[in-house]
Amino acid sequence: MPFMAARDSRLRPTFATMRPRLPIPALAGALLALVLWAGVACAQDSLATIQLLAPAPAPPTGVTANDVANDKGRALAISWTASAAEKTNSVLVYRILRADAPEGPFAVIDSVAAGTTSKTDETVTAGHAYWYRVAAVGPGGEGLSTETAAGHPTAQWFNSTRLSVFLITLLFFAFVLGFILFAQTGKSMFVRRIPGIDAIEEAIGRATEMGRSVLYVPGINDIDDIQTMASLTILETVAKMTAKYETPIIVPTNYPVVFTLAQEMVKNGFVAAGRPDAYDPNSVRYVTTEQFAYVAAVNGIMLRDKPAANIYLGAFFAESLLLAETGFATKAIQVAGTAQVAQLPFFVVACDYTLIGEELYAAGAYLSKEPRLLGSLKGSDLMKAVLILIIVVGCVLETAGYKGFTNFMATQ
Amino acid sequence: MSFFKQHLPVWLTAIIGVLTILSFFMPHPLIADPAETLQNWAIVIVASGYVLGAANVLKVNGEDVARRRTNWPYKIVLLASMIGMMIIGFFMSGGTHFLDAGTKFTWAYNNLYVPMQATMFALLAFFIASAAFRAFRIRTIDAGLLAIAALIVMIGRVPIGQWLTKDLPEPWQLPVWASWLLEWPQNAAKRGIAIGAGLGVMATGLRIILGIERNYMREDKS
Repeated sequence: MPFMAARDSRLRPTFATMRPRLPIPALAGALLALVLWAGVACAQDSLATIQLLAPAPAPPTGVTANDVANDKGRALAISWTASAAEKTNSVLVYRILRADAPEGPFAVIDSVAAGTTSKTDETVTAGHAYWYRVAAVGPGGEGLSTETAAGHPTAQWFNSTRLSVFLITLLFFAFVLGFILFAQTGKSMFVRRIPGIDAIEEAIGRATEMGRSVLYVPGINDIDDIQTMASLTILETVAKMTAKYETPIIVPTNYPVVFTLAQEMVKNGFVAAGRPDAYDPNSVRYVTTEQFAYVAAVNGIMLRDKPAANIYLGAFFAESLLLAETGFATKAIQVAGTAQVAQLPFFVVACDYTLIGEELYAAGAYLSKEPRLLGSLKGSDLMKAVLILIIVVGCVLETAGYKGFTNFMATQ
Repeated sequence: MSFFKQHLPVWLTAIIGVLTILSFFMPHPLIADPAETLQNWAIVIVASGYVLGAANVLKVNGEDVARRRTNWPYKIVLLASMIGMMIIGFFMSGGTHFLDAGTKFTWAYNNLYVPMQATMFALLAFFIASAAFRAFRIRTIDAGLLAIAALIVMIGRVPIGQWLTKDLPEPWQLPVWASWLLEWPQNAAKRGIAIGAGLGVMATGLRIILGIERNYMREDKS
């Protein structure tokens, strides 16, 4: 231990043997700060030198401000010819300046990258006049256009790019109204048989024989989807049939407004069948707006209550096969219908009958047999013939190199 | 009363329907702005409907629990979950910011509901397999054509399809056949259905606007 103590005392520096140390970290920091200060100062000097040496870019020319066509009058298209300084890459951005009077004052409203020669100003009001100038900004400063472009945003009454759609819509409405008037004369009209719709009554009959319920799913979209409206129209007829056969009906819905309307439809159906007392308010129930939670609830109804007939009519998405396959597993007779093209194959595979696209919209009229509704179906058929003719003519003209017809039919 | 119950809804439907159609063709603010406002009103009306929905869930399932109907314990779970989420959302997640990241409501949604949702969605894989098995059983000429087309598309869209026919001239390669099937016959059929459905939409809309189809109204049929 003494040896160790002696060694320690020998190795440990005493105050007398210590040399004064330089504060190296502090000095290094100071040096770094000095270098940085010098760098910044040099850079500022260099920039000033560049600005002094490099001239401001040439201003853009040919500034125009045109009203955007077919809009509400809340946009002006500003365009200009690129600054000559773009050839030497001396333009960084273009600034767009606007004023309410030709003499100004002009204020910057937007800027775009070099190479751009147009910009739409969507902050204008219809009926007011605006004046524009464009400035090319580069390292050497700003080159402001000498000319001033005036623009007057105007609201258009008609979107001319939709003329073809407008004419076809008018023609279609004329056909439908014509056939509705024709139907009111009392003359009978032939409507082809739709097996999928006929199968609905068969399915309800089967449920009645088995003493089990009918499940009606009106799609998973809200009332703003016309498929849901069409489905609710069919629901009334289905409810009427179930009331007539004294078969329970279950209608799970996934939007509150659809729920309220579905209640009305089912109630109307029971009243129309002369059995308002048999209407069970709990037969129509709100479940949830969440897609897969809704599927879980409906599949649960299928597996627990074992309805003998499942009717899926409306808008469906990824849940179509989840519902239809579960229904298939419960051995229910299934009728589906949707205008969602991507979901049709799933229904075709898993269901006994499928209403394809337009058949869903025709079902209400087909089931009600009301002449005016059937008249509208005939109008649609005639319009289909016209559209086929238009497609054939368009193909022939396009093949012959004539683009005018295709351009007329194109919309924005 | 007859006017308010029978005529006013039809007239309102007709006016709003025509205005909405016109706004597609006429961009002028006098037409487009009211149509846009009406669409915003629809959002507000739909939002207020959720109170009805929640009340119905409570009523239907509460009755089942009270009367000990079949499967009533499940309804307790449903009601407890619903009320629990409402309490978390209203009182424990920063008021109106309950949907912000990091709130208890968001945590419960992301960690309870989202996995359950994913589970339901995952079931689709098994259902597709079982549905495909039935669909590709060749019983008729139609089913046979479907099976052949499906086989070409499925094999043609995976690397093994490319490998199998890579030595053949290009027109005989499976990926080329698969692309042709998807781009031509499949697209033609899809567009045909879409055009038919579009006309159906227009016809239904016109029937509603004209008041021919007004099942949305409760009519006195007794």
